[in-house]
Amino acid sequence: MATLFGSGIKRREDPRLVTGKATYTDDVKLPGLLYAAILRSTYAHAKLKNVNVAKAKKAPGVVAVYTGADLKDKLNTVPCAWNVPNCDLKVPPHPLLATDKVRYAGDGIAMVVAESRAAARDALDLIDVDYDALDAVVDPEKAAQKGAPELHKEVPSNIAFTWKVAGGDAAKAFAEAPVTVEQRIVQNRLLPTALEPRAACASYNTGTGQLTCWVTSQNPHIHRFLLSVMTKLPEHKIRVIAPEVGGGFGSKIPGYADEALVCFASMELGRPVKWTEDRSENYKVTIHGRDHVQYVALCGTKDGKITGLRTRVYAGLGGYASTAAPGIPTILHGLMYSGPYTIPNIDGTVYGVYTTTTPVDAYRGAGRPEATFLLERMIDLFARKIGMDPVEVRRKNLIPKDKFPYTVATGITYDSGNYQGALDKALQMVDYKKFRSDQTKGRKEGRYLGIGVTTYCEICGLGPSQVAGAVGFGGGLYDSAIVRVYPTGVVRAYIGGKPHGQGEETTFAQILADEFGIPVENVEVVAGDTEATPQGWGTYGSRTTAVCGSAVKLAAQRVKEKTKKIAAHLLEASEADLEWKDGKFVVTGSPDKGKTFAELALMANVAWNLPPGTEPGLEATAFFDPSNFVYPFGTHICTVDVDVETGTVKILRYVAVDDCGPQINPVIVDGQVHGGVIQGLGEALQEMVVYDEDGQLLTGTMMDYAVPKASQMPRVETAHTVTPSPVNPLGVKGVGETGTIASVPTLVNAVCDALAPLGVVHIDKPLTPARVWAAIQQAKGGGGKP
Amino acid sequence: MKRSITLTVNGVARTAEVEPRALLAYVLRDQLDLTGTHIGCDTSQCGACTVHLDGRAVKSCTVLAVQAEGRAITTIEGLSRNGTLHPLQQAFWEKHGLQCGFCTPGMIMTAADLLARNSKPTEGEIRHALEGNLCRCTGYQNIVAAVQAAASAR
Repeated sequence: MATLFGSGIKRREDPRLVTGKATYTDDVKLPGLLYAAILRSTYAHAKLKNVNVAKAKKAPGVVAVYTGADLKDKLNTVPCAWNVPNCDLKVPPHPLLATDKVRYAGDGIAMVVAESRAAARDALDLIDVDYDALDAVVDPEKAAQKGAPELHKEVPSNIAFTWKVAGGDAAKAFAEAPVTVEQRIVQNRLLPTALEPRAACASYNTGTGQLTCWVTSQNPHIHRFLLSVMTKLPEHKIRVIAPEVGGGFGSKIPGYADEALVCFASMELGRPVKWTEDRSENYKVTIHGRDHVQYVALCGTKDGKITGLRTRVYAGLGGYASTAAPGIPTILHGLMYSGPYTIPNIDGTVYGVYTTTTPVDAYRGAGRPEATFLLERMIDLFARKIGMDPVEVRRKNLIPKDKFPYTVATGITYDSGNYQGALDKALQMVDYKKFRSDQTKGRKEGRYLGIGVTTYCEICGLGPSQVAGAVGFGGGLYDSAIVRVYPTGVVRAYIGGKPHGQGEETTFAQILADEFGIPVENVEVVAGDTEATPQGWGTYGSRTTAVCGSAVKLAAQRVKEKTKKIAAHLLEASEADLEWKDGKFVVTGSPDKGKTFAELALMANVAWNLPPGTEPGLEATAFFDPSNFVYPFGTHICTVDVDVETGTVKILRYVAVDDCGPQINPVIVDGQVHGGVIQGLGEALQEMVVYDEDGQLLTGTMMDYAVPKASQMPRVETAHTVTPSPVNPLGVKGVGETGTIASVPTLVNAVCDALAPLGVVHIDKPLTPARVWAAIQQAKGGGGKP
Repeated sequence: MKRSITLTVNGVARTAEVEPRALLAYVLRDQLDLTGTHIGCDTSQCGACTVHLDGRAVKSCTVLAVQAEGRAITTIEGLSRNGTLHPLQQAFWEKHGLQCGFCTPGMIMTAADLLARNSKPTEGEIRHALEGNLCRCTGYQNIVAAVQAAASAR
C-alpha cells in the first residue's frame, strides 16, 4: 500500500469551506439569542470620571447595560499568563471594563446587551462618558524615558520588565574587535488581520450551571482556563468550542476581556449572548504585533568572522500585558540572537514598555522575526563595511552541519540542521553569480538591481513543558490525541491542537491512515471542542504537527499494538511471528493467513474472542511532551529592481528554500510558505500601524492599513531540503512561521543592496516608495525626509 | 420602520422584514440563514461578502437589502447544483486555494464573475480582478492557480 505520508492529497477540510457550509463563531445562532456591543474609549489615556448609561438602558430592544462598576467583585481581571521570571515583571490589573482610567483608544468602558445587533450598537451612542484627558505616549522608547506619561501607578517609567540575555563576554569582544557596526532599527507595529474578526457566543444554563462558549480561538483549552479565571466559574463547568476559525496569526491566542464579558452577560441574564467585532473594532482592540525600537551592534574581524552581538530593545506592550506578551520579546526573541550562526559573545537587554496603545502580543513569528531581522540586517551592514560578499560572511559563520545538537551562546540547543545545504540550493536556484554580474552591468546602465539573502533558523514546536514552566509560561506545552476506532474499522481522532487553516484534519488523517493501512476517507480528525478533546495547548508557534502530530502518532501506535495482540490470539501465533504487510497482520511465512485492521477493530469492539485479560474496546490516548524545541531553517533570496526616481520596489524573484524536516503533505507545506512570505513582504513593503501623538489609531480600517493584495505581490518559488529532527517520532519541524521570519530581512536587504551605490545604508521598513525615495535623497545630500 | 422585501436567492423567492438601513450581507446571514457569505471588514475592502446580484459580483456589505428588492441573488450556497461542485469550487479544492476558508466564498464569487466576462484571463488579469478580495493565508498564489485551472476546465 502506498504511503500517504509525503503525499500532497487534497484537503479534507475544503468541501465545507468552498460551499459555505462551514460554521464560524458568528454563524452560531441559538434560541433567544441576544447581541452585545461594547463601548470603547475614544481617548488613549484619560481618567474616567463618569459613565452614564441611563438613556441607553431605556433604549428600544436593550436588555442590559454593564459598566466597570457593575462587575466589581463578580469578575476577575484579565490575566497575563506568561510571567517571565528574573526580569522584575510588573503586571498591573487589567479590568474587564475600565473603572477609573482608560489606557488605550479602544479600552472597554461599557457593554450593551440587546435583542438585535443594531439595537445594541445604537444604544452605545446613548452612553455619556465624562473623561479627563491625560497625555498619551505611543512610542515604546519615549515611554521608557523619565518624565513620560505613566499608565499604571505600579509601574514607574512604564517599564514592565528588564530582561537580559548574555553568553560569552560581549564587552571583551567589542573592545577587541577590529570592526563594529551599529544601527537603530524600528520593527513596525502590525495588525494581524485574520480575515475573520473575533467573536464569542456564550450560553449559560442556569439549571446545570454549565457555560458553553463558542469563541474564535487558536487554543480552546487555554481559553477554558482563562475564561474560568475571569468569570470565576470552575473549569469543569465551562465548555469551550472553537468552531471553524478564520485565521489567527497569533491574534486568537489571548483571552480577551470581551470574551469573558459575553459569558458574564449570559450568566447574568440566563440567555445566550453573542458579540462579534467589526474590523474597526478589531484594529483597535485585538492585539497588535512587533513594535520594537532596537539598538543593535555587531562586531567581528576583517575577514568576516562575527565575534559579538549587543542589543538594547524597547518592546511596546500597549496599555496592558496581554496573555503571552512578556514571553514574546524575551524568550521567543532574545534567545534567538545567535540565529544559525556561531556568535560566541552575546549581550541583550529588552525593556518591555507600557504605552497608551492597543496591547501587543504574538503575531506570526512572534519575537523571532524581530530577532532574525536585526541579525540579518546587521550582517549585511558588517559585510558592506569589511567589503565582503554578504553570502560569504554568512557561510563563514553558519553552524557546521556536523556540530548538532549545537548549543548557542544564549544557552539553547538546536536539534539538527544543514544550513549550508539550504543556502547552496537557494543560491543555485537564483544563480547568484550571474545575478551579481547582471547587477554590475545594470549599475553601469543606471539600473538599480539588488539581492537579499537570509539564512535563518527559528525556535518552533513549543515545546518541552519543563522548559515552559522554567520560563514562566502559565501552562504546559505538550499536546494530546485520542484515537478511537469504531466497530466497523473507521477512526475518529480527537486532538488537543486547534488548526485554523493549517490543514491538520488532513495531515493527521494521513498519519493515521498509514498506521492502520486504511483509506484516508475512513479517518476523521476532530478539534476545537473541549468537551471531546483531551487537554491540549493550542495551535501557535509552529507546534501542532511537531507536538500534537506526534501525540497522534503515539496514540495510533498504541492502538496498533493492541490489534497485534488480538491478531496473534486469533491467528494462534505468537506476536513475534507476526508482521504488518499490506494493511494486515500476517504470520511470517504464511502470507495468506492474516487479519486486516477492520477485522481486528471489529473483534476488539465486540469482544467475543479476545486474548485472556484483554480489555474490550479499541482506543488510545497519548500525551506527547517533546524533549526539545525544533529548529526549522532555510535560506530565502529575493531580487529586486528599484526605481530610484520614484522609490518603487519591483520584486523580480523570490526563492524560499525551507527545511521543516519530512513533509506529511508537501502541497500544504508550500501553502504555508507562500502565505508566510507574502505576509512578511507586507511587513517589509507596506504594512504599518500609525498612531498620532494623542494615541489615536490612524490606520484604523482596511482603507488605511495596507494588507497585501493579489495584484501587489509576487509568486514565490519554493524548494526544500529535508533534515529530520531527533526530538519527535515524526522527525518534523514546523513551517507555519518561516515565511514571516525569513522574508522581511530578505526584502529589506535586497533593497539596501540595490541602493548601495547611492550610499543608502539602512531604511526602516515598511519600504514604501516615499521612504525609499526619501532615503535616496538623504544619501545624495538632498535632505529628503523619511 | 421595517419594510417587507421579496428577493430571489439561489433561485428561491424569499421574503424578509428589514430595516431600511439593513445591509444585504446581514440580512443574508442573520435573517435568511445563509452564513456562507462572510463579513470581514466594514469599509468594503475585504470582499468576503461578495455575492452575485443579477449575475454581477457585488459586495453585499455595500448594498442595502431594500436595494435588492425584486432582484436575483446568488450566494456561495447557490453555486453548486445537484451536489456537484462548481468548477471554481473544485479548482480551489484541487489547487489548495484556501487555508482558513474565510475569504473563500467571496473569492470564488468574484472569480466566477471574472470568468463570466473573461473566459481565459491572464495571471495579471486574475490578480487585478481579485484586488477587492483580501486573503491573509495563501499569499494568493494558489488562488490564482485555482482560477486558471477553473478557466481551463470550462
